[in-house]
Amino acid sequence: MNALRRNVLKGAAGAGAVAVAVAAGLLKPTQAMAAWNKGAFEARNVGDAMKGLGVSGPADSKDITIKAPDIAENGAVVPVEVTSGIAGTTSIAIIAEKNGTPLVGNFNLSGGTQGFISTRIKMGQTSLVRAVVNAGGKSYTAAKEVKVTIGGCGG
Amino acid sequence: MAEPMRIRATMAGDVADVKVLMNHPMETGQRKDAKTGQLVPAHFIQEVTATVNGATVLEANIGSGVSKNPYLGFKVKGPKAGDKVVVNWLDNKGDKNTAEATIG
Repeated sequence: MNALRRNVLKGAAGAGAVAVAVAAGLLKPTQAMAAWNKGAFEARNVGDAMKGLGVSGPADSKDITIKAPDIAENGAVVPVEVTSGIAGTTSIAIIAEKNGTPLVGNFNLSGGTQGFISTRIKMGQTSLVRAVVNAGGKSYTAAKEVKVTIGGCGG
Repeated sequence: MAEPMRIRATMAGDVADVKVLMNHPMETGQRKDAKTGQLVPAHFIQEVTATVNGATVLEANIGSGVSKNPYLGFKVKGPKAGDKVVVNWLDNKGDKNTAEATIG
């Protein structure tokens, strides 16, 4: 929990109800505060990043497909495609586990958007690329290793 | 100021395939300038939102781990050819950009 979010919750009318809704998993923290999730993006390890996203102990799922190269020659541009076959997928987060700040992006899907995100990410070194999917109030995850020959973070 | 952004949206069956290419340096704040040895300040897109005919279909929070000139692809079920897609982004310095396209 970061300080800003605390203040937002305190300041909101009916803050108690919001806090209960968050605790019950009815509202994801990202929905409670639509602004950029500083805590999660500045987290230095995967555990803290997931905590920042409000995810704990996601279940492994074979219904998530990660399409990424086995070997990326240039870590600055690694194409990653995540497809979630889980019904009712509401968000997809992409995490490059060994990056300085592992969380790459969190994509909230609504209004008919399918469980699919395609993007290009930076990777500092060989690591697992993990997708975390939220569907129906539960979290699921899958990972794929990408070998990086030239890192793309820093220079 | 922000460079233009390109959107391509095409129908494939009943699903609109939307591809967005943004122009942005996506500096992490950890890279050093080769000439001066100074850190290049962080400058990256933080929020991307997309709407189809005014209804939100995607709200993304992204970090500096997304590559320079970010590419984003997503698929939306329901729209028809001729519907309007609008994409907005906002970066950590408060710069923003918007672009729209018609689904073809």
